[in-house]
Amino acid sequence: MTVSIVVVSHSEKIADGAVELAAQMAPDVVILPAGGTDDGRIGTSLGKVLAALEQAGGEGTVVLTDLGSAVMTAESALEFLESPAGVLLADAPLVEGLVAAAVAAQGGADVQAVRQAAEGTRGPGNQPQPAGWEAGRGSVSSAAPDCTGDFELVNQAGMHARPAAKVAGGLASLDAEVTINGVDGASMTGLMTLGAGKGTVLHVEAWGADAERAVEYVRSLVEAGFGEP
Amino acid sequence: MVLDANWAVKWLTLCAQAMAEHRVELIELDRAIGDSDHGENMDRGFQAVLAKLGESTPETPGAALKMTAMTLMSKVGGAAGPLYGTAFLRAATALGDSAQIDPSAWADALAAARDGIVARGKAESGDKTMVDAWTPAVDAARAAADGGSTDVLGVLVAAAEAAEAGAVATDPMIARKGRASYLGERSAGHRDPGAVSSALILRAAVGAAA
Repeated sequence: MTVSIVVVSHSEKIADGAVELAAQMAPDVVILPAGGTDDGRIGTSLGKVLAALEQAGGEGTVVLTDLGSAVMTAESALEFLESPAGVLLADAPLVEGLVAAAVAAQGGADVQAVRQAAEGTRGPGNQPQPAGWEAGRGSVSSAAPDCTGDFELVNQAGMHARPAAKVAGGLASLDAEVTINGVDGASMTGLMTLGAGKGTVLHVEAWGADAERAVEYVRSLVEAGFGEP
Repeated sequence: MVLDANWAVKWLTLCAQAMAEHRVELIELDRAIGDSDHGENMDRGFQAVLAKLGESTPETPGAALKMTAMTLMSKVGGAAGPLYGTAFLRAATALGDSAQIDPSAWADALAAARDGIVARGKAESGDKTMVDAWTPAVDAARAAADGGSTDVLGVLVAAAEAAEAGAVATDPMIARKGRASYLGERSAGHRDPGAVSSALILRAAVGAAA
């Protein structure tokens, strides 16, 4: 069972819509909306947040919020819970953070890494570390990669959100540090910033026990056009 | 007069009355510098508290306040929900299972409530928020209790009067927190609605003991 995610928004429609969007990229992750008040107005409800947290279960839960009082309601919910261990609030933009968190959770990341993935979307200079990142592994990128590969994007739309989610989600679950054209291969948002269109060559470098599998994983996805025309 | 569970029920009932009576006033204050939902939200929240009190009678003041916290956080909707909810929750925790509240315990409960509001909303004194009503109330209650007053009504009155003066003192302030802070200097000349509703709550505590 993966880490679960709860989305707290002032608007029921925003929460439901954000969950719908993220679920498309992370079909196995439990993502629950807690939007609007109990009677369907704009606002946030402690009762809805507590119910979602209770239902979420799993190996930890990451909570994403939209505006000020949603943050306060989420914090209040943690204060009400008897055992808030394993429930983490992420300080991240709702949609980008949610999608990044969902992809990380889909890849098997733990609760800390899922929050980190969400918070990594706050802006440049604050990119998330790959899920499963371990202390000391940061230094390996100065060493020669254990495996490399160059693959040309063949699908019409190139590296857009869904392919980026597939690549990042798969790489996050491998024991390897991977860069693609210099960005973290396990970061969906990092991959999307490449703006790589059809015909772009992806240069993949991988370090670690699963380096070869990682490069092979990217090759298979790219050459199949991510299953797209 | 003792501050027991009956007093707490009466206090919360008077809070609900006050929010209903001052609903339009709070809406008008909030329209000037916020999003004009404060009166409606507070009225709705305390009507829900009234409904809960109709379902079951709390056995201690702490239990009454904890129920109030949960209800406000679920029913108010706006920022006032988690702020007042946290205030009532922290006060309930400070009171514990005590059957009665003495002057010093009331001062402690108010301080815990104020600290909860500050922790949740990150506002400081002078930011033109409800904190500007609560902090003078905490100080006044503490001073009255430390003065050796065994007259619990006197401590309630001191807190309520200080909160009312604190709300009036928000008039010239420039908002630095919440929706009103978007207005910058244009927020001066208006009373903060959260400070006003805070004073109403502390005044209701007096009414319940009178």
